[in-house]
Amino acid sequence: MTDARNAGLQSILVLAAATGVALLPRHLDLFALMQVTLFAAMSVLALSLAFIWGFGGILSFGQTAFFGLGGYVYAIATINFGDSTNAILLAVVLPALFAAALGYFVFYGKVSDVYLGVITLTVTLILFNVVNSTAGEVYRIGIARLGGFNGIPSVPIFNMPFHPEIPLSPEASWWITGGTLIALYLLLRLILVSRFGRIAVAVRENETRAALLGYDTRLVKLGVFVIGGAIAGLGGALYVNWGAFVGPTIFSLSLSAEIIIWITVGGLGTLFGPIVGCFVIQFLVASIGSQQTFNSNLVLGAILVAFVLLLPKGVVPTFLLCLVQLRKDHRARPNTTAPKERAMQVN
Amino acid sequence: MDLAIILALDVLNGTASLFLLCVGLAIIFGMMKIINLAHGEFVMLGAYATVIATNAGVDIWVSMIIVAPLFVGLVGLLIERCLIRFLYGRLVDSMLATWGLSLLLIGLVTTIYGNTMNGVPTPLGGFQVGEYRSSWYTLFLAGMAVSVMALVYALLRLTRFGLIARAVMHNPNMAATLGVNPDRVYMITFGIGAGLTGLAGGLLAPLSGITPVMGAAFIAKCFITVVGGGATIISGTLTASGLFGLINQLGAYLTTPVYGEVILFLSAIFLIRILPQGISGRFFKGMS
Amino acid sequence: MTEPVPLLKTEKLTMNFGGVIANDSIDFNLGEMELRCLIGPNGAGKSTFFKMLTGQITPSSGTIAFRGRSIAGLPSHEIARAGLGIKTQVPNVFNGLSVRENIWLSARRKNTPRTTKLVVDEILERVRLTERQSAIVGQLSHGQRQWVEIGTVLAGDPELLLLDEPAAGMTDEETERTAEIIREINEARAIIVVEHDMEFIKMIARTVTVFHQGRIIMEGTLKNVLADPRVRDVYLGKKVVV
Repeated sequence: MTDARNAGLQSILVLAAATGVALLPRHLDLFALMQVTLFAAMSVLALSLAFIWGFGGILSFGQTAFFGLGGYVYAIATINFGDSTNAILLAVVLPALFAAALGYFVFYGKVSDVYLGVITLTVTLILFNVVNSTAGEVYRIGIARLGGFNGIPSVPIFNMPFHPEIPLSPEASWWITGGTLIALYLLLRLILVSRFGRIAVAVRENETRAALLGYDTRLVKLGVFVIGGAIAGLGGALYVNWGAFVGPTIFSLSLSAEIIIWITVGGLGTLFGPIVGCFVIQFLVASIGSQQTFNSNLVLGAILVAFVLLLPKGVVPTFLLCLVQLRKDHRARPNTTAPKERAMQVN
Repeated sequence: MDLAIILALDVLNGTASLFLLCVGLAIIFGMMKIINLAHGEFVMLGAYATVIATNAGVDIWVSMIIVAPLFVGLVGLLIERCLIRFLYGRLVDSMLATWGLSLLLIGLVTTIYGNTMNGVPTPLGGFQVGEYRSSWYTLFLAGMAVSVMALVYALLRLTRFGLIARAVMHNPNMAATLGVNPDRVYMITFGIGAGLTGLAGGLLAPLSGITPVMGAAFIAKCFITVVGGGATIISGTLTASGLFGLINQLGAYLTTPVYGEVILFLSAIFLIRILPQGISGRFFKGMS
Repeated sequence: MTEPVPLLKTEKLTMNFGGVIANDSIDFNLGEMELRCLIGPNGAGKSTFFKMLTGQITPSSGTIAFRGRSIAGLPSHEIARAGLGIKTQVPNVFNGLSVRENIWLSARRKNTPRTTKLVVDEILERVRLTERQSAIVGQLSHGQRQWVEIGTVLAGDPELLLLDEPAAGMTDEETERTAEIIREINEARAIIVVEHDMEFIKMIARTVTVFHQGRIIMEGTLKNVLADPRVRDVYLGKKVVV
């Protein structure tokens, strides 16, 4: 019964979101539209970590490695191809392959979870250092100069598939970005109800038990990690399309921290929460940026500390919990807390 | 020959700075199983304390060796009371909260002192080895590293507090039944770890650019060194510092400083991969 | 009488934790459909033995043959696929999932979607949890979680079940039910049970193997074993010459 109701709720949510994406350009000026396009691109990144951390139990401190790689691959490929179509594809495939290599190295080496954090962080720093030092003529791939700490300016934005002469308008860019976000959300939902998704959640719940039942947990985690890498890579391409620029700060620690904050605020173990968290936090940071009283690091740090201490479940699951509680009180049946976990899995 | 001497000095320098930077983290991590992601910011606070005290007219040696560790040690105590003590046994949460703390400290220092600050000059000057130059300060750092090592060893092995602390780390419940208050031991241990990190910040202040984000440059190096360390705080950190200091400096010599660091990171990742059992075993067993 | 072909056979199986010998040269045989109880005081090496059998740790030396196939040192999931299931000492279940989901995860590996459902229903019946099938496992009583784990292991259709203290922390009534469940399972599968509770062992045991200080000190019927003075001394903590 609750499952059916949840499915209904989900469909309504997705439909409303899709309508919103379609109609939003009518109601926003260009600046605001660009802003939400950025938020949506970042939300794709949020989804990638929400999936691997919340459902695969893999805490990557370096999801920006795949995001940045996707951005750079897109920029370099589109400059060389003169057409964004295949560049976008490459921006998904190469980060996924990189995630596969790194994941193989880590999961098949039985490196424990905490070291995974240290390793992913270190890999991100390596990428930052390497890309940062590529200033000068010699560092070029095809006709694309890497530009070191200056990054690659004037990256061509997305064009109509296979029609490089028709670049996308800001509205179309928004539709693509917002649409991708919704599509990815649906895709991940589908993955989660599939057999693979259920096994992934089982591995997160209890890796030893899953292995003792005959599941190759290394392979399952690798699969989750690669999906996360591919999505983050696509997010990177969307991000570069938004700004027509990519620089090494895309690999920065502060962005890695920000993703963690989006998820902690929105709610770990959900897909919808991190998107909410991403929009809210980014809006907040953008507002802080335009005035000088508070430093954004100060605010972000305080938020993260406060949430870990006071609201560790995050906003969305806490909100749902309250709803469930209210409904129960309403029925005057203060019973078990069983629906708690349920509510968490739904989103 | 001169080149060899200079290279050896570089390796010594790398090892000594790495050891100084890591020993505080190793104590907090090894004895309390708290991963302090704000470690880099503790270094930064130590550097700021030194620079500000020196500019205010305090003797630079006093600022580095006394003011910095004292200040950061107190900050550490405060942070332990307000934040860390709620997170014992919650490994992931402690990482997230200290990462938040790291941003918070960066933001706080930026708000007060802006994005950059004039540093302090390197004391002691230099000397000539054939056609190369080196600085006496390098040798001083090595001396400090040895002193800190001796101090930590003495503290853990020869004092009453050291014995109690080791007992608490091995079995807090058992220690509590013997009348020890584990809470206090954790607090003091965290303070000592923070203080030593502040000392490292003070000692490296003359060599670094003083910015609120300077900690980020150290954090990864410190973690891989501590992780690669091995079973005991002192010998583990020392071995790893020596190994990584050597790799870093040789890599930097053969390529560029940037790639020296990249080579260091890559070899550290391989080390973690080759020794996952030995290293992760250490993680949960604590110090032995 | 001819020796039955052993389902499980270990030879000189040894586990050495940095100088501490947890299992010392264990030679162990188990026939098809057998129900065997392992007893011995804490630290005798029973759980270590189970961990080696299921690939959670790699033996220092020695061999393990399951149906003649060597499985020593294989990863856990391959051993599970070979047909060896374990209920571990500390309940090892998916706490955040429902009873049904726990069992489903195990059953689906060998079944089609349709037969999976049937298998899950049957297992729920067997472990007496049909009523509680949609409860979240983390919220069940300790005894019920033990049953969930037994059911989950059973749903994987293993040929041999290892049950490490299946009755620990149960009420008398639950213990009796557990014994009943184990006897039912034994109608089709071999089982090795580790237990401390002598009352429980009396309910199920035929052959008993006694572990002490990492070695097997004797093997025989429950009656003979209990009558042996060495076994009594082991439990009373006296020094026993192995």
